Amino acid sequence: MPYEAFKDNEYIEKLVQQLKENGTNVIVGSLDKLINWGRSNSLWPLTFATSCCGIEFVSLGAARFDMARFGWEVARASPRQADFIMVAGTIVNRMAPVLRRLYDQLAEPKYVIACGSCAISGGPFRKSYHVARGIEDIVPVDVYVPGCPPRPEAMIYGIMQLSRKIKVEKFFGGVNRQEKQREFLTTHPVEGVED
Amino acid sequence: MADFQEKIAKLFPDAQIGSEEVPVISIPDNQWHDLAIALRDDEDCKMDYLVTVVGMDWTDSLGAIYYLMSSKYNTMCGVKVTTSDRERPMLHSAADVWKVACLYEREVYDFFGIIFIGNPDMRRLFLSIDWKGYPLRKDYAEVNEVSVENERQSDTTDTYIELPDGKVEKKEVAVFEPGEFVVNIGPQHPATHGVLRFRTAVDGEEIKKIDVYMGYIHRGIEKLCEDLTYPQTLPFMDRMDYFSAHNYHHGLCLAIEKAAGIQISRRAEVIRVMMDELSRIASHCLFIGTYCMDLGATTMLFYTLRVREQILDIMEKTCGARMTFNYDCIGGVMQDIAPDFQKDVKALLEVLPKNIKEYNKIFTGNVIAKNRMEGVGYLSREDAISYAVTGPSGRASGWACDMRKLHPYSIYSELDFEEITATEGDSMARFKVRMREMEESAKILAQLVDNIPEGEYCVKVPKVLKLPVGRWFTVVEGCRGAFGIYIESDGSTKPYRLKLAPPCLPLAGVVDHITRGSKIADLITIGGSLDYIVPDMDR
Repeated sequence: MPYEAFKDNEYIEKLVQQLKENGTNVIVGSLDKLINWGRSNSLWPLTFATSCCGIEFVSLGAARFDMARFGWEVARASPRQADFIMVAGTIVNRMAPVLRRLYDQLAEPKYVIACGSCAISGGPFRKSYHVARGIEDIVPVDVYVPGCPPRPEAMIYGIMQLSRKIKVEKFFGGVNRQEKQREFLTTHPVEGVED
Repeated sequence: MADFQEKIAKLFPDAQIGSEEVPVISIPDNQWHDLAIALRDDEDCKMDYLVTVVGMDWTDSLGAIYYLMSSKYNTMCGVKVTTSDRERPMLHSAADVWKVACLYEREVYDFFGIIFIGNPDMRRLFLSIDWKGYPLRKDYAEVNEVSVENERQSDTTDTYIELPDGKVEKKEVAVFEPGEFVVNIGPQHPATHGVLRFRTAVDGEEIKKIDVYMGYIHRGIEKLCEDLTYPQTLPFMDRMDYFSAHNYHHGLCLAIEKAAGIQISRRAEVIRVMMDELSRIASHCLFIGTYCMDLGATTMLFYTLRVREQILDIMEKTCGARMTFNYDCIGGVMQDIAPDFQKDVKALLEVLPKNIKEYNKIFTGNVIAKNRMEGVGYLSREDAISYAVTGPSGRASGWACDMRKLHPYSIYSELDFEEITATEGDSMARFKVRMREMEESAKILAQLVDNIPEGEYCVKVPKVLKLPVGRWFTVVEGCRGAFGIYIESDGSTKPYRLKLAPPCLPLAGVVDHITRGSKIADLITIGGSLDYIVPDMDR
């Protein structure tokens, strides 16, 4: 898809501007480009669907819309093998801890797409007693795809936005940060275990 | 019909029989259990199928209405039991009379806090154990925040027993036997078809017991509807069982039109029925695709989605959407059919038989498929009725439960189609019944495609729609079984209570019974063959 065809180029230019502010090492910068090229073209989603949007996600994977042609090859059932979660469907109170846990189980670098109006804001169920009003309180969101449910084409556009974002990211020292074990343990204390 | 009413009146002098279309019998709580047994076992009643239990809050009293149907005489009735105690409301359970009642009463307990004496499992069904308040009560105002902390788990359940002196005692019972090995499956598992969770006790590879956890997509549609006008409640029907969107819309429109006394045009009836049957084919196509994928035959998904996409194209041209159509409206349909509609349906009818033949060739006769499906997950006819397993799953057990035949609505009584039943009751039968139902739906479409009468597609209805005071109960056939709609109106523009009785809730309830003694690998086969949709059961 040509650059001009995207409808929100300002934000990506702003992102690039921000990243360029401190300058980049030539070698690290080139390596970044190479790695990001690879990463952005082999994004693997997690098979995660709670309701209607999930069915459009199935259509997206099948022959007619075929997301594999963009390199978003296969949906993985285990979060440990996936790059991003496409939150397709309503997230309710009971599901919120499960979504958080799945997000925590994804390996860095990880991304989230909020797919459909329920995931964005609660959608038609916003006034309900048992619905999370948008998933950004539960997990950080990278791309929003509106619709109820979004058409598969809209989902393709959403994932394309994500690959664009990945392409300009800093990989070394940026998204590939690895949490030190000690740091991790201080933020996630295990009961009855000292260091 | 009159016979059984007279008989009940003679046996239970305290019972008051209402004059609704589906008569509702009011009975004091202490006689309810005896009446339940009489209704089920008496030769003139034979009410062996419990359609749903409607929990109610009339502000001065709480209660439940049990809707029953006879598989023999095809009659329907409701039984109303009430209690005026709001602090600790108690009613007698019918869980030992109809097996599905256990699940339905748990739902009522979850929403209204009514304790059922004698029910073996009085836990919350959709909400977590730390949930404050009972959300469907009219005075519910608790705030339960969304938390990302894992919810508290309990390995015990409560049961309430009535002692001989009339006192009620609470007893704690363990869900699993001590020392049992429990494996957790779901809610994030590709083979549970959504966010359903099974706690499975296994002995080696053999399943001992399954404890089903629901509510991972419980969105409170029934409560939301109480704050909306009647036409505003319709879009939620698309989002319950999203494959039966047209059928559910049709059902709710029928219920409201019946209550308001609106007569719709023949053109609208025909369009509605055609859309229903197109949905059925699309739904069964996706079932076959995902089911075969569960069993390891990924190719089938691409073959079946081809037909589904063709149907979605037809619908998109007319309704403007691929999935949440919101097409049926009160008084008819939203828009007239697209100019190409008939041409497209004919094109579909031409390719469909070839496709079905192809599916059978690729999968049904395959030796691996046969080994995995034949004799796996047997459900007898009696159990299918007692567990209220309707739709193609119930028909595969030999129970003719098609609401299009039993209680013909719309123009189904004029159409020539066969009700597909099988007697094997195993996963293969459930698969084959769906396969043949596609042919029957195609037959209905072929009868109608050239006979769409001229006329208006939507009659004029009042801008502000008010229903008279009363209660109505309607059952229609969704793609997965009988879909019941209960409306209670207080005369205003909004429903006082709108209860939706989805077919998928009993389908999940029967999983425990049907898988006992099977291998754990068969759980996927059996669960897939039942074809439940989780947002439908959770609502």
